[in-house]
Amino acid sequence: MPYLLILGARSDIARAVSHRFARKGLNLCLAARRYEEADRDAKDLEIRYRIRVMTREFDALDFEGHESWYAGLPEKPLGVLCAVGFLGNQKKGETNLTEAKKIMETNYLGCVSILNVIANDFEERKAGFIIGISSVAGDRGRQSNYFYGSSKAAFTAYLSGLRNRLCRVNVRVITVKPGFVRTGMTEDLELPAMLTSSPEEVARDILSAFEKGKDVIYTKWYWKYIMAVIKIIPEKIFKKLNL
Amino acid sequence: MNIANWGKYPTIDARIRGFRTVGDLKDSFQDAATLIARGLGRCYGDSSLWSTIVSTLKFNRILAFDAEEGIMRCEAGTSLEEVLDVAVPCGWFLPVTPGTKHVTLGGAIASDVHGKNHHKEGAFSDHVLSMEVMLHDGEIIACSHRERQGLFTAVCGGMGLLGVILNATFRLKKIETAYIMQRTIRAADLDEVMDLFEQYADATYSVAWIDCIAKEKKRGRSVFMLGEHALRKDLEGSQFAERPLEISLRKRLNIPSQFPSFVLNRFSAKAFNFVYFQRAKTERSAVADFDTFFYPLDAIGHWNRIYGSKGFTQYQCVMPRDTSKQGLRSLLNIISWGGEVPFLAVLKLFGKGNGNLLSFPMEGYTLALDFPITPTLFSFLDSLDKIVLDYGGRLYLAKDARMSGEMFRRSYGNAARFIDLKHQLDGSDKFRSLQSERLEI
Repeated sequence: MPYLLILGARSDIARAVSHRFARKGLNLCLAARRYEEADRDAKDLEIRYRIRVMTREFDALDFEGHESWYAGLPEKPLGVLCAVGFLGNQKKGETNLTEAKKIMETNYLGCVSILNVIANDFEERKAGFIIGISSVAGDRGRQSNYFYGSSKAAFTAYLSGLRNRLCRVNVRVITVKPGFVRTGMTEDLELPAMLTSSPEEVARDILSAFEKGKDVIYTKWYWKYIMAVIKIIPEKIFKKLNL
Repeated sequence: MNIANWGKYPTIDARIRGFRTVGDLKDSFQDAATLIARGLGRCYGDSSLWSTIVSTLKFNRILAFDAEEGIMRCEAGTSLEEVLDVAVPCGWFLPVTPGTKHVTLGGAIASDVHGKNHHKEGAFSDHVLSMEVMLHDGEIIACSHRERQGLFTAVCGGMGLLGVILNATFRLKKIETAYIMQRTIRAADLDEVMDLFEQYADATYSVAWIDCIAKEKKRGRSVFMLGEHALRKDLEGSQFAERPLEISLRKRLNIPSQFPSFVLNRFSAKAFNFVYFQRAKTERSAVADFDTFFYPLDAIGHWNRIYGSKGFTQYQCVMPRDTSKQGLRSLLNIISWGGEVPFLAVLKLFGKGNGNLLSFPMEGYTLALDFPITPTLFSFLDSLDKIVLDYGGRLYLAKDARMSGEMFRRSYGNAARFIDLKHQLDGSDKFRSLQSERLEI
């Protein structure tokens, strides 16, 4: 059964992507931590799209276990979507290293740890694709979320390097940088309606990037230009802004 | 954030919490002392508005589908559109559908929605086999027509005031094709259209668009519409015959922004009604796909924006069959001479009501009128209320944004029983909406 592996399958973006790819007829393996609703999600996708879905418990922070976790899959996936992410609490992180570490470890180390294993397998098989959900927050550090932002910046750089390495063996790596998305992660934030997209819109953009062979995408598309502007603001001015 | 339902009136600054699991919902119950559940927000008024709203939209899994027996079980946030996407290709259809597919299963049950086949097949809840409801303390209770029937008949039509519906199992309707054999007949006045409803009582689907502005002899002129599910043999020789359960996707128009409020006035409404009536041939038959037949307005995204920023309300009443004719005459009389202009009006003959405590339909005629909100509208609608009450009728809670508590108590015979049951099951009065406050439920 050829399938797409989805890491962090409980997130709203991952759920929307699952539906998009399932509609194309692709089987899925949904993996997430404390995944109590796994059976319900699987059944739902099977009924709607007549595909096969398996589920796995997966903890991005169990670094040591990743190799054997991947080896334990019944067969190797066609590709992987890494939607593991944790916004955390910036303010708390400033005085509490445990919170800051959790943000950095989930968004960066955890993803690197499992993607290393998968990349090696894909490289050896000369097949596969990797889609990583990073964030526009990684394009420039801001006071409001720089633990999250810096770990996403690191993840973006990691994916860029990985793409450079794997393009030689025809394994594609796609970096996805969503702007504001109305999800469980941002439920308590006031987001500007004009700039905020739904998980479904993000999923649509991801599928289209996959089909068109893109390397890096912003979603929605105009975030590319917003971030271009934000990146060229001189630091002298930027440091005084309230973003 | 500011939130309103389909009529864009009223608006409330609310905190919205989504839930993806039963555990998430329990957490929300602990965080908020009072709340109301909300799905796609297609009720017109304030039924699902409160300072804390739990959104069911992420709780939308299809849990089981028996394609042999036509039985489906879904979480409450599943939309009827999602149900159709799965059911229709397998030869099944919604047993009852309202005029939009953009409602959730939970909302459909809580409002006890009806459709064009009410006179034959009842309300949506009549096809619900069982459901699970989370009460104020987080306890999950299963109920059905047989098991805990008291709870079942209160939750169906109960506007979310007894608990949050988690999931439901319901029966679908077998179809051979995704098409409807549609017939349109023009009626010159109110008497004629009422005769048509009586004459075509056996038709599966029937509804009439009615002109509420035309005066005197033309009063109540209508376009009466009938429909039957097309059989395979009905499509023979047509372009649909090869793939009878598939329909092509329609182009979707979108109303991009609010119309200025002056666009809708007596003249534009009159012009619209004139064109609509004249365009309908005296009698016509056609084949339409189910989307076009049941959900014509779904093809226009955000059509509520044509009413402008002040929003609109839909006044939907029903009156008993034996007083309907007089009642409708009185209503049309006031409306055609009054200063408020209903843009769109729909008439339908209901069959017998069910036993659900706050269910809207009763045997008789229902009239639905869309009014843009104006400073004088509500006092005008109060005068309509008096007529409806005098003739023994009532208003649909899912459309209501303004009726008085007194009107509610006097028109809903089981109001007191419902309130008693709410005291018993939800003593802390956890489930509240702007509507329940207004109606003193």
